[in-house]
Amino acid sequence: MILDGKSPTGPIESTWDKHRFDMKLVNPANKRKYKILVVGTGLAGASAAASLGELGYNVEAFCYQDSPRRAHSIAAQGGINAAKNYPNDGDSIRRLFYDTVKGGDFRAREADVWRLAQVSNNIIDQCVAQGVPFARDYAGYLDNRSFGGAQVSRTFYARGQTGQQLLLGAYSALSRQIKLGTVKLFPRTEMLDLVLVEGEAKGITIRDLVTGEIRNHVGDAVVLCTGGYANVFDLSTMARGASVSANWVAYKKGAYFANPCYTQIHPTCIPQSGDYQSKLTLMSESLRNDGRCWVPKKHGDNRPPGEIPEEDRDYYLERKYPSFGNLAPRDIASRAAKEQCDDGRGVGPGGRGVYLDFADAIGRLGEDVIRERYGNLFEMYELITAENGYKVPMRIYPAPHYAMGGLWVDYNLMSNLPGLFVLGEANFSVHGANRLGASALMQGLADGYFVIPYTIAHYLAQTSLGMLKEDAPECKASVSEVNARIDRLLSIKGERTVAEFHRELGSLMWNNVGMARSEATLTEAIEKIPAIRAQFWENLRIPGNGAEINQQLENAGRVADFLEFAELFARDALHRKESCGGHFRVEYQTEDGEAMRDDENFCYSAAWGYRGVDQEPEMHKEPLKFENVELAVRSYK
Amino acid sequence: MSANSEHGTMTLKLIVWRQKGPNEPGRFETYLAKGITEHHSFLEMLDVVNQDLIKEGKEPIVFDHDCREGICGTCSQVINGLPHGGQVRTTVCQLHMRKFKDGDTIYIEPWKAKAFPVLKDLMVDRGALDKVIQAGGYTSARTGAAPDGNSILISKESADYAMDAAECIGCGACVAACPNGAAMLFTGAKVSQLAALPQGKVEAAERVNSMLNAMKECGFGNCTNHFECQAACPKGIDVKFIARLNREYLKALVF
Amino acid sequence: MSLLTSSVGRKVLMAVSGFFLLMFIVAHLAGNSTIFIGSDWLNAYAEHLHELGPFVWVFRAFMLAMLLIHILFGVILTLENWGANPGKYAVTKRLKVTFSSRTMIWTGLLLLSFIVYHLLQFTFRVTPEIVLAADEVGRFDVFTMVVSSLRIVAIAAIYIFAMVVLFLHTRHGIQSFLQTLGLSNDNLQPKYALAGKLISAVFLVGFGAIPVLIFTGILVK
Repeated sequence: MILDGKSPTGPIESTWDKHRFDMKLVNPANKRKYKILVVGTGLAGASAAASLGELGYNVEAFCYQDSPRRAHSIAAQGGINAAKNYPNDGDSIRRLFYDTVKGGDFRAREADVWRLAQVSNNIIDQCVAQGVPFARDYAGYLDNRSFGGAQVSRTFYARGQTGQQLLLGAYSALSRQIKLGTVKLFPRTEMLDLVLVEGEAKGITIRDLVTGEIRNHVGDAVVLCTGGYANVFDLSTMARGASVSANWVAYKKGAYFANPCYTQIHPTCIPQSGDYQSKLTLMSESLRNDGRCWVPKKHGDNRPPGEIPEEDRDYYLERKYPSFGNLAPRDIASRAAKEQCDDGRGVGPGGRGVYLDFADAIGRLGEDVIRERYGNLFEMYELITAENGYKVPMRIYPAPHYAMGGLWVDYNLMSNLPGLFVLGEANFSVHGANRLGASALMQGLADGYFVIPYTIAHYLAQTSLGMLKEDAPECKASVSEVNARIDRLLSIKGERTVAEFHRELGSLMWNNVGMARSEATLTEAIEKIPAIRAQFWENLRIPGNGAEINQQLENAGRVADFLEFAELFARDALHRKESCGGHFRVEYQTEDGEAMRDDENFCYSAAWGYRGVDQEPEMHKEPLKFENVELAVRSYK
Repeated sequence: MSANSEHGTMTLKLIVWRQKGPNEPGRFETYLAKGITEHHSFLEMLDVVNQDLIKEGKEPIVFDHDCREGICGTCSQVINGLPHGGQVRTTVCQLHMRKFKDGDTIYIEPWKAKAFPVLKDLMVDRGALDKVIQAGGYTSARTGAAPDGNSILISKESADYAMDAAECIGCGACVAACPNGAAMLFTGAKVSQLAALPQGKVEAAERVNSMLNAMKECGFGNCTNHFECQAACPKGIDVKFIARLNREYLKALVF
Repeated sequence: MSLLTSSVGRKVLMAVSGFFLLMFIVAHLAGNSTIFIGSDWLNAYAEHLHELGPFVWVFRAFMLAMLLIHILFGVILTLENWGANPGKYAVTKRLKVTFSSRTMIWTGLLLLSFIVYHLLQFTFRVTPEIVLAADEVGRFDVFTMVVSSLRIVAIAAIYIFAMVVLFLHTRHGIQSFLQTLGLSNDNLQPKYALAGKLISAVFLVGFGAIPVLIFTGILVK
């Protein structure tokens, strides 16, 4: 089936304004009659719940964490982009739009990206008004820094904790609505099913993670703000609790999953130190503003970094990409690091690492300036590695970080299931095949503060109120389905732990569906995943029961979904016979190892429809049209 | 014990608080953590112990954790009497086993405060902190109504001061460390952050009063200026923010 | 009235009343110091105070009010604090808490009992050992009264002990009231802590010297 993103037509500059006028409204007096279920309370979820509550809707917000403030948006470090052009360096909405489309390797919908760039400025204003302490210069004006993939300084930041500060801003707005009674919060609650009535999303089934109770919440629309799926690799920069589950149940209920193979591998993470490791720690790529990436020129050069003279060092990013240098986009920087390590010139244990060296910058600016800019990152590095980054170069290696793919949505952020809206990282919309640094925060808040408040009204004005009642057969069926799955998980009583299965899946995914993929590795993954899945359902051991706090049970549910999702992921990667952005197929590269897109055959988003766990999914295409940006080979040389 | 350890690894004796539920009595149980290296984080060490427990058919130790990079504020354990283990500016998840040596005995307990009831084992309910924020930890800025970000100039000094306060991760270590179970550092940090910025000044008086009321209703104690909170805070939040809260209270009272 | 009910309000009352009590201690120390110059000075000082007539009673009423406020809210806040902390950790380790800060309620209650004793002894003059006499110029002989009491070992010991308790109480109290009144920041706080220690030490030495010097027979006239 050919999907229609329903982008407004006409000059792109006025698409959003025109669309806002064309959409239907809900009468202020009627808003409180509509109940909206917002799942997830990160940047997208908290900002959406707060804004919808403020408009007068009756909102229920859910998160698996014990507080909305702990959603993983909090971990974003570097910053948030906006086209303010405060530094007067040539930025504009069009340039941010252009950079994002190009950065995404021409695999995103133009109109969505334009809207993102357009509202980016409002986000900064909104956050300042909330008391987000963005960095300021000595004159009191907002400060900017530059970030990978852009040649202008458009990134606003709050030390190395921008995500934290933006999330706390959204959380405070949400808290205000909770106090006012427009939003009801359900922490330590996990969504385990989506309830449809007449094909429209009207309810969810949740598990209370404290009491184990399974129950329904019904409403007039469901808004998923449930983040990304990078934990399919087990080891990633994500929070341990982050999962694909909410999206996956929506997919199994008929929502399309778009471009799952587009995952971002972040170049500046702390290398893995052992098998016991539970997560990979990211350090903001803003480090690449002042740090230089290098590896020894010679194979097997085991000298300590300080003893390797300049002429024996290969500053490979500066060599390969002279104009962007160390600020090359994430996918390119990650792949370049992998290339050096595959070539046997990696550093540190197992040779899986490259140096990120601040000696030059410290020499030029002094240690204090570097400390002021990145102090918390150096501290974090030292906590984990016991090495002092001011004295010896840091060692970094790429790690799975972000999911560009996600549930398919139209311009209104509504999935193909009416009433199901998907915001932030959970959807597939604006980043194409690769996301630029400091754009995730921008998207989450754009969707929550400035898009969903308008577009949800358009849907609500056309649906009938209260279509689903709590005692409806659809609700009962969903609860018993969820209960049945939990009982099944608990009754396996096998030998292996959830963590073991997750590790097994993760390592298969990293090796076969990671930074470099080939038909052979993907085919192998597609063969092996069902076997792990079968093992999981035969040999899993979960202690305890379902009527109490049971973290193993929670994880088991998430890993069970990853075990199904991984296959779709690999299938999408196998079908896309081109390299673009975060999706790199070794068969499709230029002579000097750059990604080779195939716009002739693959200039579309692939949205997959569910047909059963062991069935091949059905692919729907949404063709991508580029009328404002010329399709070009993405070059950062 | 050292004799049992493989080369380069540690064996540790853990004495862990186990409690079925909020109203159940708790007790200490002893476990061995084997094969631990200096690169294990504290939580990874507990993961190892939990894997062993599951294999033995026992219930693993329940503990809160999520981001494992020291920013979400979920992890919450009192290790040998100190919240987060007492390493300067470090959360449990960032505490590494190189701080311990082979054969060490480690006591692990949940946060203890009346406002933080234990849910299970090392997991407590910190919803009270959310209630304090809900009482007034915000500016009442409507979505979309904001003026340009540069229309209000804020001195670098004020922005930095606000950021120092805003770094709080809401983990509750200050409460756990406080002999009075008070949440003054947490509340003080939020009150100070917003009071230091022009956007937040407008509601400063109402904010400080309602947040103080919420603190009391939630069952937090009163500050007696021990400053144990600052020492325990994994983000190094300074007690100057408690003084600022006091100042804001007096301002609200007088003006 | 949030001063009486809110956590910080009550602490402000503690701080303000504590401040006046502290001022009283300073004045009292200054007055007592006349003893080091000689019996004549001390007796003259006492006589002078009594000549103030009704002002003495106004002053006494005010100090009593401060004392009652300080005690009342001290007890209420402490009971609340005990209630907010459900129990100790199996291993107790403290990074900043001092013996002085941890024992404020106990040093406070000890000081209260000392104040009662001290008033009964030298203000109401009803303790059994008390010597009531007039000096050479016909004034009440405070000096003789004090010296004869403090030469008794138990009484001297009580006074010295009380001054140690006072040291502990003001050592935390001085920096504490400055923090509670919001007069502190990261730069000033350590200075306050030091000032608290120094001022408390002055109290300890200044007040403590009196029983010590009297008991050891150095101060006789």
